[in-house]
Amino acid sequence: MATAEHSDGLAFHPMDQFIVKPLFGGETLNWYTPSNATLWMAVVILAVIALFVLGTRGRAIVPSRIQSVAELAYGFVHKMVEDVAGKDALKFFPYIFTLFCFIVFSNFVGLLPKAFTTTSHIAVTALMAVAVFLTVTIVGFVKNGAGFLSLFWVSSAPLALRPILALIEIISYFVRPVSHSIRLAGNMMAGHAVIKVFAAFAPLILISGIGVAVTPLSILAIVAMYALEILVAFIQAYVFTILTCVYLKDALHPHH
Amino acid sequence: MSNTTQTAAETVTETAGHAAEAAGHAAQSAGMPQLDFSTFPNQIFWLVVALVVIYLVLSRIALPRIGGIIADRQSTITNDLAAAEELKAKAVEAEKAYDQALVDARVEANKIIAEARADIQKDLDKATAKADAEIAAKAAESAGRIDEIRAGAAKSVAEVAKDAAEAIVAAMGAKADAKSISAAVAARLKG
Amino acid sequence: MELAAAAALGKFIGAGLACIGMGGSAMGVGNVAGNFLAGALRNPSAAAGQTATLFIGIAFAEALGIFSFLVALLLMFAV
Repeated sequence: MATAEHSDGLAFHPMDQFIVKPLFGGETLNWYTPSNATLWMAVVILAVIALFVLGTRGRAIVPSRIQSVAELAYGFVHKMVEDVAGKDALKFFPYIFTLFCFIVFSNFVGLLPKAFTTTSHIAVTALMAVAVFLTVTIVGFVKNGAGFLSLFWVSSAPLALRPILALIEIISYFVRPVSHSIRLAGNMMAGHAVIKVFAAFAPLILISGIGVAVTPLSILAIVAMYALEILVAFIQAYVFTILTCVYLKDALHPHH
Repeated sequence: MSNTTQTAAETVTETAGHAAEAAGHAAQSAGMPQLDFSTFPNQIFWLVVALVVIYLVLSRIALPRIGGIIADRQSTITNDLAAAEELKAKAVEAEKAYDQALVDARVEANKIIAEARADIQKDLDKATAKADAEIAAKAAESAGRIDEIRAGAAKSVAEVAKDAAEAIVAAMGAKADAKSISAAVAARLKG
Repeated sequence: MELAAAAALGKFIGAGLACIGMGGSAMGVGNVAGNFLAGALRNPSAAAGQTATLFIGIAFAEALGIFSFLVALLLMFAV
């Protein structure tokens, strides 16, 4: 009975933070309406410009702190593309770097209190994943022609197994954008929802005596989850980017 | 105790209203906001705008600039390394020249020492020879004088013997001629 | 009304069951990371070049946990 009371008394709306709503009031959300998603995407754009344009304004040989961060990010992604996808993939570097910047900045900006995390939405991540999928497929066919299909025909396997393997490979190929997008959105959504759930437990001390124990614990849990989310924010951007590189490698060099 | 339950009950009724309100809100946004498809066109439109803006900013301005900075730094480092290499070669060369100079100086010194030694030796030899000659002259002179003295002494002995023999013969009362006496003395002295 | 209550009950039980999948994902991630560490301690010089592979492996293992979380969320909020 008591627990039922408490769960009724606490406001559990872990998913409310993900609601997209018009920025300047009003009810209808047309495709062009500036929404909170628009606001935080704009913040991301400004952050990217601040880091990569204003930060490198000095063009210093011995970099300032902000410039070395920009160079670090550049070198990080550049090396990743070169190592994973090969030298000929470097012409896709701006494309991949754009995705990386957008995701990493969205993830981090979304961690600010009251912020809206654009990358927690399937719509956003699915668009990026589908864009990567289409790019990779088109590049694969343009570069290799029908030879791109050899990606699905595992020539090192016994002949009898090959059709089955081909089926599995094709299915896994088409599942790629799904897992690619849901991984990012799910991670961001899960972390923020969990933080919100713990945050909902925090005001328990105002309602009931048991809150004396629960409130500090939940605050501690929020801090711990937040630290984990900082890690996840970067790792998921990294994983999205590196998987893009892996897929690109398949498109450019399908034979191994 | 009853007081707390009462306040709890009040809070419950109060928050129940909130819950109902929130439920109505949730129903409006169809459960999970992520699956509210009415927001998809909006998000996708703005995402495309954002990605295009970021892409243009990065590919037009930021990436060439950063790539240029890194290439510049690389070339600066390479140049500096080359300059350092050059300086190092110069230092090696200078060291070699120094060593060569040292070797030359040593050879020169040795030569000078050898020359000095030869000069000294020559002087020494000359002085030695001169001294030898002087000594030899003195020795010859002395030897001459000794011979003279010896000859003088022998003559004196013969005269004394002759005188003594004349005196002895005279004392014995005989008269002896000087010629036979000197012959006899010479024979005796010789014998 | 009875049916609605049963449906709500099923929803919550299903969401709870879906969370079991996260345990499997946790084991998978731990397996990947642990094996990487074991290999890295054996041959530390090769470890640096394989961190990308490590993260890819972790990402694949973790994705399945995220799927189960998604199922739980769908049961809770969308069904």
